[in-house]
Amino acid sequence: MRKRTLIPIFYILFLMLPIYWLVAMSFKTTQEILGGFSLFPQTFTLENYAVIFTDPTWYWGYINSIIYVSLNTVISVAVALPAAYAFSRYRFLGDKQLFFWLLTNRMAPAAVFALPFFQLYSSVGLFDTHIAVALAHCLFNIPLAVWILEGFMGGVPKELDETAYVDGYSFPRFFAMIFLPTIKAGVGVAAFFCFMFSWVELLLAKTLTAVEAKPIAATMTKTASSAGYELGLLAAAGTLTIIPGAIVIYFVRNYIAKGFALGRV
Amino acid sequence: MKTENQRAWFFVLPVMLLVAFNALVPIMTVVNYSVQETFGNNVFFWQGLDWFEQILRSDRFHAALGRQFMFTFLILIIEVPLGIIIALSMPRKGFWVPVCLVTMALPMLIPWNVVGAMWNIFTLPDIGLLGYLMNHTLGIEYDMTQDPFAAWVTIITMDVWHWTSLVVLLSYAGLVSIPDAYYQAAKIDGASPWKVFRYIQLPKMKTVLTIAILLRFMDSFNIYTEPFVLTGGGPGNSTTLLSIDLVKIALGQFDLGPAAAMSLIYFAITLLVSWLFYTLMTKDDAK
Repeated sequence: MRKRTLIPIFYILFLMLPIYWLVAMSFKTTQEILGGFSLFPQTFTLENYAVIFTDPTWYWGYINSIIYVSLNTVISVAVALPAAYAFSRYRFLGDKQLFFWLLTNRMAPAAVFALPFFQLYSSVGLFDTHIAVALAHCLFNIPLAVWILEGFMGGVPKELDETAYVDGYSFPRFFAMIFLPTIKAGVGVAAFFCFMFSWVELLLAKTLTAVEAKPIAATMTKTASSAGYELGLLAAAGTLTIIPGAIVIYFVRNYIAKGFALGRV
Repeated sequence: MKTENQRAWFFVLPVMLLVAFNALVPIMTVVNYSVQETFGNNVFFWQGLDWFEQILRSDRFHAALGRQFMFTFLILIIEVPLGIIIALSMPRKGFWVPVCLVTMALPMLIPWNVVGAMWNIFTLPDIGLLGYLMNHTLGIEYDMTQDPFAAWVTIITMDVWHWTSLVVLLSYAGLVSIPDAYYQAAKIDGASPWKVFRYIQLPKMKTVLTIAILLRFMDSFNIYTEPFVLTGGGPGNSTTLLSIDLVKIALGQFDLGPAAAMSLIYFAITLLVSWLFYTLMTKDDAK
């Protein structure tokens, strides 16, 4: 049993090493980084972070990312809920085909869609808005949310619905008051995955924005190329992108394992 | 038992409309480009299936496709067994469970270009932690901007770092759903650890593993940002995977016709292989 615990420990160490390096780099001065190798920051500096928090092009990148990711999570889960309910409770014309078609959209390489997406969203006048990115990310998040929620709802016995109707609940009231609380773990897991895939995606987000809604990750690539080799600044910006993800996982930590097992994910 | 109800369509309508808006219009645009030639100014000429033929016959496409299959194959045979082993050796209850889950899920929540940038910083020959250790402490020459082999090892390691946790989390979810009674029964029968794994744990993990393998296949086959930021497809073309090549043709050379034809072929291959995987892995369930 002793030897066994070493495996997760080594794995977590392996996961943490590059992250440690990024964080350590963010506290170093550019001079120290380019000057040579040092395991810990020798002249500890917060200057890199100061630049990010005082320059609007930097901190607006974060705000933009958070806005479109939140919008996308809300839209995806909201429209996926009734659809997943329909898939888990009813048979209807073309249900299997529709479900499969939804899943195929997760298989489409984002690179394929980049250019047509740009043209589509430009032509409807949504280019460079938060809602454009939020809607575009629906392409792969809605299928995933429907899939996860359908798994969870399938685990809820149909008798629950029937009892509620006998007790005189209307459908919307039943859905909101009884059904949603029953599958709240599923909603949490679905929201987590939507947040995750929207937060980490960059190709579409970058293609659909220019100034007003530019995500932080795109700000990073632009700065990296224009300002030369400012590794410290890049590392600080990278470190800050890890934080929202860490907060979100912390909230769903109890659902991750349980949620996975309950739903079919 | 599900009941027949055509009004259920109203429930799926919002999803349908949103996804159709995002999927059908762009894919039709791609189809449109794939059969036409343009010299700019929005003037198009009918080209038929020439682009498809050209792409299917081109050595460049074959090479990129070969590299893509190689990459996906390598990461699958590393990540899936490794993920299962880690999930098996994780604690089942107590304080360390959430700690493991949170730290393991962390790499998956880092934006993909940050992952690329992070590994770039990590592997710089003289100032990166890994690069320094390899070159100066261990004395192994390591520079992924020069050596294709080093570049391959690096992108594979990066993907293992990034995504093994997905397999771990899914397998772990399958494992914790096994009731204790199963293990007690196995103990009474005197089953070896291998037998417990083969006849109790593996069957219980089958559904989640199917999902893990499918997701890993789809995502690794479509991978773009991380290797692009890390190696830019180089040195030479050694790590130019399919989507990197596609973007080079579409946006670098602005050859919209060939790029669109390539997109459709690419999409068709992904669909076909996913479908094959899916039918093979769920074959037993249908019986």
